[in-house]
Amino acid sequence: MAKATITFEDINITVTVPAGTRVIEVSEKVGSAITYGCREGDCGTCLMKITDGWNNLSEPSVLEDKILRENMAGKHNRLACQAQLLTGHISVKPA
Amino acid sequence: MNRIVLESPDGVPVAVPLSERVHWVGAFDPHLRTFDIILKTANGTSYNAYVVRGSEGVAVIDTVKEGFADVFFARLESVADYAEIKVIVLNHLEPDHTGALPELMRRAPGAQLYISQKAQSMLKGLLKQENLHFTPVVTGDTVSLGDRSLQFLHTPYLHWPDTQCTYLPEEAMLFSGDVFGCHFCDDRLFNDRAGDFRFSFEYYYAHIMRPFKEYVLRALELIEPLPLKLIAPTHGPILRDRPDRYIQRYRQLSSPALHSEISPQQKTLLIFYISSYGNTRRMAEAIYQGALQVDDVRVSLYDLEGGEVAPFVDLIEEADGLILGTPTINGDAVKPIWDLLSSLTVVNLKNKLGGVFGSYGWTGEGVRLVEDRLRGLKLRVPIPGLRVKLIPTDDEILECKAFGLELAQELMGLREAKMINFADLA
Ligand SMILES: Cc1cc2nc3c(=O)[nH]c(=O)nc-3n(C[C@H](O)[C@H](O)[C@H](O)COP(=O)(O)O)c2cc1C
Ligand code: FES
Ligand SMILES: [Fe+2]
Ligand SMILES: [Fe+2]
Repeated sequence: MAKATITFEDINITVTVPAGTRVIEVSEKVGSAITYGCREGDCGTCLMKITDGWNNLSEPSVLEDKILRENMAGKHNRLACQAQLLTGHISVKPA
Repeated sequence: MNRIVLESPDGVPVAVPLSERVHWVGAFDPHLRTFDIILKTANGTSYNAYVVRGSEGVAVIDTVKEGFADVFFARLESVADYAEIKVIVLNHLEPDHTGALPELMRRAPGAQLYISQKAQSMLKGLLKQENLHFTPVVTGDTVSLGDRSLQFLHTPYLHWPDTQCTYLPEEAMLFSGDVFGCHFCDDRLFNDRAGDFRFSFEYYYAHIMRPFKEYVLRALELIEPLPLKLIAPTHGPILRDRPDRYIQRYRQLSSPALHSEISPQQKTLLIFYISSYGNTRRMAEAIYQGALQVDDVRVSLYDLEGGEVAPFVDLIEEADGLILGTPTINGDAVKPIWDLLSSLTVVNLKNKLGGVFGSYGWTGEGVRLVEDRLRGLKLRVPIPGLRVKLIPTDDEILECKAFGLELAQELMGLREAKMINFADLA
């Protein structure tokens, strides 16, 4: 099965996950400080910063793009409840 | 003292001037006793809305709760024709200020709606219409009314995500929305005339603004530099006598009460427990001993039975980590724990470290349930909860010490880098 790895920089933990896993499925279990509200890409609470491996994530959907814009997100920001880990290595931290 | 005229001689509500160009067009709700489920008021509230007249058009800032629309429209009509209205501003979309919006938009089809950037998707949820026309604005955006203009300040989470304030520089007036407001109904309308509303001001802050202190401080950075003659909030008295005092009070209330004695590199860790036969207490004491081993962690141990909730909430607000111990009784954590947890919604817990432990007899659900609740409250819970069946053995006491040590190290950022496989996560 295809794999990806994600490092949560705030707690210094790296997890190997099956490709397609969403960040939300991992971050709470390991105790990263990324926090969640609606859990479905609507509220912007789970904004995170991608410090490495931007292109190893799924493309933002139209909805995610809209919420990122409403929340005046920077160009390294994604929603942790939406972004899927596809391949290679990705590093994130709370925005 | 000349009375404020609220109605014409034949009993029609009229607007009240704040200046030659600015009028109050709000409504009083003296018999309201409960607001938003979470607030009480002993004399009701007001829904304040305002009209600003420029040489090239009129702006309406906020409206009222739906049931009070008639009074609002009567006051509005006493100072403006609908055709003159070019601008409608909503400082946040809560229904107590947007109830008359659909009708206002119908009556003033030439008006453009200005809402904050963060209000866009909410507006759809509120009006249930597609193809709405509006202009999203952020800090620095302005709209001209000719010789008067409105400047927008993005002040999110005071108290809704979409909250903004609107400044009228030519008159040094701030239309602050719910910020600096209170539920206090007094038809003398101005702070230098109304009854003593200080307790309402404090109460409103404590229940509505306190969860968002860090956002209050950011908003104050935008508000404090403004020349201000008057603050016009959406509830309670209009603050025209020394408005700066209310701004100072918000700053005080949003800053720590007493500076804690600890040095900046130290962190505070609180352990709260409750115990019927002493088993969860024995765990708590061992966890405390474990945490004490880490330098710069200021750890304290408290029995929930020995205190009231409110001071514990104050303590938790300023702490860096929170560990809760509960036995499982009838398949759940116990009520004092839930009472504490349900009182924590008035403070910001985001990113605090959380941990849970407890003794149990046969099922032990309490610990997991509280862990889930802590995550729900936006604490991070990196170390799985620790459960002990009935009386802790010597070995289990050592496990408790290790648990306390590990949490304290986590708090100080001392845990080593770790590699984990997804399948191994609980
Ligand atoms: C003081 C206050 C705080 C609120 N906080 C939240 C919140 O944190 N998250 C949320 O999704 N909605 C929040 N809301 C919005 C309410 O859930 C929303 O207005 C809802 O439609 C109210 O439903 P009701 O009419 O059944 O009371 C809040 C509303 C108020 C008045
Ligand atoms: S949790 Fe609401 S957008 Fe991700
Ligand atoms: Fe409100
Ligand atoms: Fe309000």
